[in-house]
Amino acid sequence: MIINHPLLGPRDAQEFTYLGDAALIDRPDGMAYPTPDAAQDAFHDYLYQRANPAGEHRELWYHEQGDRSWLVVTRNTVTHEITAVDLARDVARAQGRSK
Amino acid sequence: MRYSGFRVIREALTGHKGWGHAWRDATPQASYDYIIVGGGGHGLATAYYLAKEFRQSRIAVVEKGWIGGGNVGRNTTIIRSNYLLDGNEPFYEFSLKLWEGLEQDFNYNAMVSQRGIINLFHTDAQRDAYTRRGNAMIMHGADAELLNRDQVRALYPFLNFDNARFPIKGALAQRRGGTVRHDAVAWGYARGASDRGVDIIQNCEVTGIRRENGRVTGIDTTRGFIGAKKVGVAVAGNSSTVMAKADMRLPIESHVLQAFVSEGLKPVIDGVMTYGAGHFYVSQSDKGGLVFGGDIDGYNSYAQRGNMPVVEDVAEGGMSLMPMIGRARLLRSWGGIMDMSMDGSPIIDKTDIDGLYFNGGWCYGGFKATPASGWCFAHLLATDRPHPTATAYRFDRFRKGLMIDEKGQGAQPNLH
Repeated sequence: MIINHPLLGPRDAQEFTYLGDAALIDRPDGMAYPTPDAAQDAFHDYLYQRANPAGEHRELWYHEQGDRSWLVVTRNTVTHEITAVDLARDVARAQGRSK
Repeated sequence: MRYSGFRVIREALTGHKGWGHAWRDATPQASYDYIIVGGGGHGLATAYYLAKEFRQSRIAVVEKGWIGGGNVGRNTTIIRSNYLLDGNEPFYEFSLKLWEGLEQDFNYNAMVSQRGIINLFHTDAQRDAYTRRGNAMIMHGADAELLNRDQVRALYPFLNFDNARFPIKGALAQRRGGTVRHDAVAWGYARGASDRGVDIIQNCEVTGIRRENGRVTGIDTTRGFIGAKKVGVAVAGNSSTVMAKADMRLPIESHVLQAFVSEGLKPVIDGVMTYGAGHFYVSQSDKGGLVFGGDIDGYNSYAQRGNMPVVEDVAEGGMSLMPMIGRARLLRSWGGIMDMSMDGSPIIDKTDIDGLYFNGGWCYGGFKATPASGWCFAHLLATDRPHPTATAYRFDRFRKGLMIDEKGQGAQPNLH
């Protein structure tokens, strides 16, 4: 697979390591829940539960052997077709995160 | 029809006109007591033991394609019980014992061959780890044996013993491990289940799981609605997509694991061998092909095909262990889609929905688990209690911090 890095251009997927679902960007705030049980539920779902779709999937790839940036790659898990590649930093900022 | 030597001779003398179908291809009835979704090894084994051991009636197996056309037809046919942890070893040893009696039990030649498995080690630390693993196996009633370098050399003199990075220092052996004809496992279970009244419904894809007041009432399929008191899902590889029809998310990612077969060669490897340093494993089929594989491709996939970098990685692993195979040509490769659970161990459990049961998350090792998985899932479906060897395979182990981290590498698929 070739991943079209937004800064560096097309790179072989071998240069990257894979983390998983891009939802892992949205780490829950443990202090924002009314009870410890609710926070535990939120963290259980965040850490272990996955949608795991057959089709379009947004996922996190780390350019370990390149510029060490994190990318959000939109890829079809049935065809391996990649339709979008964004810097994870930009994705997080677009969601309102400051850093 | 029972298969026997006498029967083979009689058919040979009468033109082989008496062989019937091994199982009935049933059409769906209006409702069943039990519906097993998934006509692979695990689903068929579940139906077989449900009918035979737990004496339940009105059972159906529903399969979207043809039986045995999924992962049970896409693996490397190895059986073993060389596990370390308390949650795992009794279950896999139970499975190996069922394999040993399988053919007599279901009167079908599955070519169970206990040709032995060895796990090579290359460092003192690996030797210590395998010694500990072997002791754990023996304490759970399995067999294990530590081989030194000379014993391994006597078995397989052609290995690269003096590899500069990974010299072979010995191996952990399990003589009762081996290989099985994988398709025959599905066919034998299907035949045994069908003979006991189980309806095997092929070309019938599940499109919905119907519920009323938190209780399963049946399944919608491409061949209409089928009512059911209990539904057991055993569709490893597609677990997430099927359970999503009941609005459930699972602690599972689907990944592809590739395997390969070389051209037919003269007999050279009589057992199964794993190469821990390079993550490569190999056996030789009865037709002479070397059957081997390595790591998963490492990202979510439902494609049933792999990518080139892992092909290269597996070939490199094979070459560094057995330089002589560099001249052999690759005949075939395939990719099986596996449920990578978060800790690398399976799940056999009830769900929050009454009457809906789940069996999946088999990661790399679903084939060897087939008989015990079927037995334990049937036990759970029939009695609503987990089988004693499968008590640790619950959904809530992640919530409670009771993960079964067999590889000791952490609780996420990208780590193991």
